[in-house]
Amino acid sequence: MKQHSPPPRLSLRGITKQYPGCLANDDVHLDIAPAEIHALLGENGAGKSTLMKVIYGLVKPDRGEVLWDGLPIEVKDPAQARKMGIGMVFQHFSLFETLTVTENIALALGDDAGALDQLAEKIRTVSEKYGMTINPEREIHTLSVGERQRVEIVRCLVQNIKLLILDEPTSVLTPQEVDSLFITLRQLASEGCSILFISHKLNEVKALCHNATVLRAGRVSGECVPAEEDTTSMAKLMVGDDTPVSTTYPKKLRSTPLLCISDLNLHSDDPFGVHLKHINLTVNAGEIVGIAGVAGNGQEELLASLSGEHLCPDGKTITFAGDAVADLPPDQRRRWGLGFVPEERLGRGAVPEMSLTENALLTGFLSGLLSKGMVAWKKAETFADQIIDQYRVKAAGRHAQADSLSGGNLQKFIIGREIMQNPKILIAAHPTWGVDIGAATAIHKALISLRDKGTAILVISEDIDELFLISDRIGAICNGALSPVKPTPESSIQELGRMMAGDFSQSAHEGSATL
Amino acid sequence: MDIDLITNILYAMIRTGTPLLIVALGELVCEKSGVLNLGQEGMMLMGAVVGFIVTLLSGSLLLGFILAMVAGVLMSLIFGLITMELSANQVATGLALTIFGTGLSAFIGSEFVGKPIEGLDPVFIPVLTDLPIIGRMLFGQDLIVYLSFILFGAVYWFINHSRPGLVLKAVGENPHAANAIGLPVFKTRYLAIIFGGAMAGLAGGYLSLAYTPLWAENMSAGRGWIALALVVFASWKAERVLLGAWLFGLASILHLVFQGLGFAVSPNLLAILPYLATVVVLVILSSNQTRSRLVAPMSLGNPFHARG
Repeated sequence: MKQHSPPPRLSLRGITKQYPGCLANDDVHLDIAPAEIHALLGENGAGKSTLMKVIYGLVKPDRGEVLWDGLPIEVKDPAQARKMGIGMVFQHFSLFETLTVTENIALALGDDAGALDQLAEKIRTVSEKYGMTINPEREIHTLSVGERQRVEIVRCLVQNIKLLILDEPTSVLTPQEVDSLFITLRQLASEGCSILFISHKLNEVKALCHNATVLRAGRVSGECVPAEEDTTSMAKLMVGDDTPVSTTYPKKLRSTPLLCISDLNLHSDDPFGVHLKHINLTVNAGEIVGIAGVAGNGQEELLASLSGEHLCPDGKTITFAGDAVADLPPDQRRRWGLGFVPEERLGRGAVPEMSLTENALLTGFLSGLLSKGMVAWKKAETFADQIIDQYRVKAAGRHAQADSLSGGNLQKFIIGREIMQNPKILIAAHPTWGVDIGAATAIHKALISLRDKGTAILVISEDIDELFLISDRIGAICNGALSPVKPTPESSIQELGRMMAGDFSQSAHEGSATL
Repeated sequence: MDIDLITNILYAMIRTGTPLLIVALGELVCEKSGVLNLGQEGMMLMGAVVGFIVTLLSGSLLLGFILAMVAGVLMSLIFGLITMELSANQVATGLALTIFGTGLSAFIGSEFVGKPIEGLDPVFIPVLTDLPIIGRMLFGQDLIVYLSFILFGAVYWFINHSRPGLVLKAVGENPHAANAIGLPVFKTRYLAIIFGGAMAGLAGGYLSLAYTPLWAENMSAGRGWIALALVVFASWKAERVLLGAWLFGLASILHLVFQGLGFAVSPNLLAILPYLATVVVLVILSSNQTRSRLVAPMSLGNPFHARG
């Protein structure tokens, strides 16, 4: 145990929380000192979220106690947590889109908010002090994702804050935004505020955090000082010893265009949508092209155009091996040989109330699961079993409803379903989002072997490390425009970060078409 | 058209618009919290019949109005329990409430159909009543009409300027986020539902105790539905609810106006005007996605499940 002269700001003692069929937290101990930046590391499903909800009073633990400044307390609800000085920045922002920044913050402050104009002044002062300028009068729906996160953080800072909890805060930020967030957090810690930084990104934890607690399957699997560890040893703590955690894949450059997008423009009807501007992109047979970008920069619109959910009047805007398809609906594109993994798993990737077999059938019916117009249930069940088996989907069986799976497991199932149909073109949004490292490696390997069979693969992801790992060529989308797409070895994280922020400087004037 | 006719039209417009205004204000607050209660008609009828019977038996109008509101609240609590505790579909539950209220009020009131009571008298405010044209309209009405003016002011201030109003809007936009920052989602929605019930009961009482002081089966005659349309027509803004209620009131007395002017237009034809206006507004609203998405409470009609 670490020795601190004052008692830890927060101390968790033997926290245990059992959900039906899942032990989310099992005897978890955790200490955070004042002014300490503490990392809570773990894969998806390791129990990080549950633990954090226990601290914030959203979940009541079955056993264990919480000590605050050395005194045992029971956090009944978020309001009490806030009064104690605990602030939380959620992964999925808890902001109200039709209200202004000030109103949003006033809501969270409860009766301490005071008059709105004074609060606005305070917001301005605090946000400038920590280098996160925001305009208090703006309505949330007009703000970018990065700005929304600032609002969440400032919302915690305007109160007397002693512990700030951040849940995967960097997943929505460009690398440059991550850097400035870290500067803010260090400043905050130096003033005595404790920070609990929840993440699965080892590099960030190494760069920022003083201490780390690693969770695996609900238990503390280790504690370490990130600066003194290398990422491999921390990854081992996260996933266990037997899983290979890092590999590299050979990069290939190909020249047989399979998927071509030429001058795609799309005017989004969604008030919060993005208009696509002159998108040009070629994906060759046997290569993986990766598109990075902060969420909400046109990814959804691009995906909708590619899947066929949004039809273009001119079919030649998008071609599959020369066939004009931009005016064809999704099923005809699939018949051609398109595989598609959408961003939303529930609702678009899978029907929540249907069993895995039925969900497998939804896109798999083209590959021999029908006979004379009737469903061949035996074959469909075999197909579902194969996916579950091969992608190690944790589920109660092929009869399990899709919404009973955890996000990561459902993702494995959907990816597996598409890959096993051997598509000629595969479009995958966030292929490993929320998936543990072991399974992510399996998905990466499957993608690479699909590539080597000659499939053209387009991956759209917010995870830059992943894109550098698997992409043969790489680019970024920002505000509906696509950057030049370069061979991965010729690009760098810094350059990609600039492109994600909209700076396509090097070839902006020659047009964004490459290859 | 002479001055007297105009004065009378304006007077009748406010009078006819008042029950609509009261119900619609209740429904507005309810919908702002994200709850769509289609049971307005049923709650109004229960308010009307209970208010009438109580006044008939006790002779007290005040008691009649109070118990009319209580009846509305009890009805709304049925709705609240089913939709909030049991997470039932709000639309289906609301429809059931209307059918239930229509039937139950007819059953309770069958003995009392056509019996006379002394209705609510107008209270003339000295001097102001004698103003030309608007005097009768604004200052020669009964107490419930004056109360509806106050209610409008209170609801307007509550929604736009008070902190609980902000909480109400937040809960209606995103109950999960509201819960996450510690706002009382259930309490807020319950209170909004109860307020809606009280207002529907009051409006029902107004019908049977003041507007036409008698009880007749199904006497609300679709006003609950008009009020629902009115909230949409007003694009969830209190000041437009006020304007819309009076406009709809005017629309429903237009046939009298036309008679007065010597035109014969079927009152049934004119009765479609409020609905027609609502359809037009809906079309205009949905023609622009930005507007339609920002104008209605975003979680309207979605149940909120308590955390696991």
